Amino acid sequence: MTPIDYYIHLDNIYLKAVVYVLLAPILGGLLAGVDRKISARLQGRIGPPIIQPFYDVFKLFRKEKIIVNKFQNFNVNLFFVFMVFTGSLFFLGGDLLLVIFALTLAGVFLALAGFSVNSPYCHIGAERELIQMMSYDPMIILVAVGMYQVTGTFRVDAIAMYDEPLIIYLPGVFLGYLHILTIKLRKSPFDLAMSAHAHQELVSGLKTEFSGSTLALIEIGHWYENVLLLGIIYLFFAFNSLVGLAAMLILYFFEIIIDNTYARFKWELTFKSTWLVTALFGAANIIILYYSMQP
Amino acid sequence: MFFKKSPWIIHYDATSCNGCDIEVVASLTPMYDLERFGIVNTGNPKHADIFVVTGAVNESSRMVVKNIYDQMPNPKVVVAVGICATSGGVFRECYNVLGGVDKVIPVDVYVPGCAARPESIIDGIITALDILERRLVEFRKAKSEARRQEKKLRRYHLND
Repeated sequence: MTPIDYYIHLDNIYLKAVVYVLLAPILGGLLAGVDRKISARLQGRIGPPIIQPFYDVFKLFRKEKIIVNKFQNFNVNLFFVFMVFTGSLFFLGGDLLLVIFALTLAGVFLALAGFSVNSPYCHIGAERELIQMMSYDPMIILVAVGMYQVTGTFRVDAIAMYDEPLIIYLPGVFLGYLHILTIKLRKSPFDLAMSAHAHQELVSGLKTEFSGSTLALIEIGHWYENVLLLGIIYLFFAFNSLVGLAAMLILYFFEIIIDNTYARFKWELTFKSTWLVTALFGAANIIILYYSMQP
Repeated sequence: MFFKKSPWIIHYDATSCNGCDIEVVASLTPMYDLERFGIVNTGNPKHADIFVVTGAVNESSRMVVKNIYDQMPNPKVVVAVGICATSGGVFRECYNVLGGVDKVIPVDVYVPGCAARPESIIDGIITALDILERRLVEFRKAKSEARRQEKKLRRYHLND
């Protein structure tokens, strides 16, 4: 019995919530550190230590916070709160549809934060964030619909305890989810709205005007988000927790390689390719599943 | 302590000949790999801790240097890279050159050289880290002092 199995079968939801809220940023930060290390090795560099993201965030908390408009911090705080809320809903075994709506709400608050300052870089970053949300949202909803078709429930705990592997029924939905995972993890070729890499055309995009602890909150919110996205990958392989764990790690490594080998797409190409993949793999998978499952 | 582990730099070319800029960028390449110290070239003054300036500042870049410096959140340090940035170098007597970054903003570390070698640039930035830690202590002291003063004003209703 792996720790994941143990966690899924925990009965006390308060304990589950505490474990999630405490462990998710640690895991997310370590993943970000591993990401930077592997990226550096792929480029022939030594790279920063694995706990570098924690150093960055602790430093940002000690730095001065320059506030241009008081609503900018309000919106970033709401983004953070809703990101933790979304993850908690998912990891407490709540409704998958509610998780998706809360995730969208968190994204909207981040875009609002970008619009609340005067910098044009922030504005373009926020517009691109909205375009990205428009691109990936249909696919995320199809993930929930596909899982409902197979298991007959939207509840995450029931899906996680489903005996058969979902990946056999939903290969197309899974491929579509991988496509949007690149957008959600803010990896190249889809890192339009805000990028970790300097000297892009938008300075830092959405987070240009945020400094100090506000920027740290955006980072930590992003770690929570990454853990949630890997959790959705796990659902596809939930029949065996070891396979699920291996799938999460391998696919994260795959995303890092994609990040290092692709140049940035324009927003038109991002939008078109994502909707094409959604229709071709996601919707087609669901239609075939619908007709094959009819008595 | 964390500032030492994760200094983010912003690099600005204040009318330099591009020699020092190439060397600054060279220190980020796999050969020297500044990122192993956690140093990231942010390109955004609001995220940066260390301001790396190259070139003898002239009238057109003077306001930009000052603007970037003002936009950086405290604590912050300035590193002048190259002999032009430290004193103006061979352009010191030119009519349109101010001669050094310290004519516009306070500079903490001078890295001479024409062009400055990546090794000396890295050495300069590592030297700047100690100054950054000291700045943090000063900044926190100033902040708590300001808060104390404000509380005092509020207590005696002097800020109405």
